[in-house]
Amino acid sequence: MAASDTTADPHLASPQLTPRPDDLFGIDAALTEEERAIRDNVRRWVDEQVLPIIGKAYLDGRSPKELVPGMAELGMFGANLPEEYGCAGLSNVAYGLIMQELERGDSGLRSLASVQGSLVMFPIFAFGSEEQKRHWLPRMARGEVIGCFGLTEPDYGSNPSGMITRARQQADGSWIINGAKMWITNGSTAHLAVIWAKTGDDTSDTSIRGFLVPTGTTGFSARDQKGKLSLRASDTSELVLADVRVPADAILPKSNGLKSPLMCLTNARYGISWGVMGAALACYEEARRYSKTRVMFNGPIGGTQIQQVRLADMLTEIVKGQLMALHVGRMKDLGTYSPVQVSILKRNNVNVATNIAREARRLLGGNGILAEYASMRHMANLESVYTYEGTHDVHSLIIGQAITGMNAF
Amino acid sequence: MKIAVCIKRVPDMDVRFKIAASGTAVDEAGLKYDMSDFDGYAAEAALQVNEKGGGGEVTALCLGPDAVQETLRKALSMGIDKAVHLKCDAVPFDGWAIAQALAAQLGGGGYDLILFGRMSIDSSNQSVGPMVAELLGLPCVTAASRLDVSGGTGKAQRELEGASETVEFPLPAVVSIDEGVARPRYPSLKGIMAAKKKPLEVKPAQLGAVTVTVTTMELPPERNAGRIIGEGPDMVPELVRLLQTEAKVL
Repeated sequence: MAASDTTADPHLASPQLTPRPDDLFGIDAALTEEERAIRDNVRRWVDEQVLPIIGKAYLDGRSPKELVPGMAELGMFGANLPEEYGCAGLSNVAYGLIMQELERGDSGLRSLASVQGSLVMFPIFAFGSEEQKRHWLPRMARGEVIGCFGLTEPDYGSNPSGMITRARQQADGSWIINGAKMWITNGSTAHLAVIWAKTGDDTSDTSIRGFLVPTGTTGFSARDQKGKLSLRASDTSELVLADVRVPADAILPKSNGLKSPLMCLTNARYGISWGVMGAALACYEEARRYSKTRVMFNGPIGGTQIQQVRLADMLTEIVKGQLMALHVGRMKDLGTYSPVQVSILKRNNVNVATNIAREARRLLGGNGILAEYASMRHMANLESVYTYEGTHDVHSLIIGQAITGMNAF
Repeated sequence: MKIAVCIKRVPDMDVRFKIAASGTAVDEAGLKYDMSDFDGYAAEAALQVNEKGGGGEVTALCLGPDAVQETLRKALSMGIDKAVHLKCDAVPFDGWAIAQALAAQLGGGGYDLILFGRMSIDSSNQSVGPMVAELLGLPCVTAASRLDVSGGTGKAQRELEGASETVEFPLPAVVSIDEGVARPRYPSLKGIMAAKKKPLEVKPAQLGAVTVTVTTMELPPERNAGRIIGEGPDMVPELVRLLQTEAKVL
């Protein structure tokens, strides 16, 4: 056999190929050229537009809304929804890669995009009338309308089926909504709120329906929740609905029970699982760079065994998390994924990202507590991501139920 | 206006290079490739000339192996209309050989403007643009940091050491673009998806004879580690002495 023939057989392939340092595990080969181009494009945008301003925005406790037009121009809002509604029509893997790159900037910025795309545009797309879709989706893709998602209530977080917010239909067909929502991302700046409420006198969660409520409607008010030590570059608000009257066509006609908002959350959690890998990458990259330049005792700290173990652990968990997200993304594109798979993915990826951020912060020593470096900001942000969209513990119970068939909630 | 933009696929400069076993080129293993920086400015300049001037067509050309099609698709994703891949196994170092292949494709193409980046960021020869102009008998302006076109005349601004000059030239012409024109736009995500549906023609590159070759390539010597001689104002005289006697920079 000629020498050139041996490399054609994958079983005999040379193990000597040098992987790219920024793709040590060779994951790029599992992405299409378009997916890589989309990722690299958003990466460049984040490098140039987000990284220079995000540290200060975080310290100031300000959501950098000036970035919204740029995000819209690139097509980041609802990017996996169809082109006929003004969206980019991308695959779920491409959508995930966008979330990864945005969260490499900041979890708050990714949250803004997640809420806009997966929690507001998606329910309009999935449960809305044709008229609602044509009216709202193009405006939201262009970033002219920012949305928020009102499900969680002050006393009902992990158990949304207990929600108190109620919509009652009037004789003229209009609805009057009363209730309060809490921990609502984009709440105080949104133009449109998707409000989930029980309808009529039915207190079971099967009566839950979604309503499109413009935030300027009389009786609707939003107030920022102050004193956050996490997601400081994102608006988190309390919504109060006091006799808010919306027309009959404000209801999302195809929404039907608690499973509708849960479908939205499954979508958002998928994006989050990619997103947190971006935060982890930012921390890992910062730690790697720092370890090569920071000299302690007689050389760079990257030459010490303890920091190499840290970096090796970080990189390994990142590529594992990315491969899990990629697998679920490919299944989502085929329509063959299930919520429990997203629970496994979200639970794992957020957990490992949180640990990576903490280890990166530690590797950076005293400098690691400064806002000049990103790791502690990511570490604090990820504590929210660990808690929102189904806490780590709730996902454990969802997975446990799928394993044992027994409900431990 | 009918515009051609000649682009080159080059290694990403953020990585540390190694010299290949041949000793005459960089080791390509582990490198990431992208469009040469100045060529991105040239692509942006082409798009802007037509956006301001009321339309036209921009064609991107790239010479090299099949991998350059990815770089051409990046140009297409920015909004360039069509692409031509001049195929060859490897890009020669000799700009004269490359210029002949490009001139053979561009000549008779009816282009009003042929744009290049000021230089490729890997070989830094700054030669191909002017050579193509010479082969096609066209006026040539290099390193334009601003480009305006109206009524068959071009106007370009060039940055000199401590001054800038404006030159005027008739079209058709060859212009190489420096940074200073607007930054290359971000391709929209839709643009990236649309790029694969745009025309990309593959033709054999009619390279000229190679007359210049690289005989050796080496990395700069490793720099010695820095030395801290002490802290505070008291150390200044010693620092000045060392800069004069040891480093010999003062």
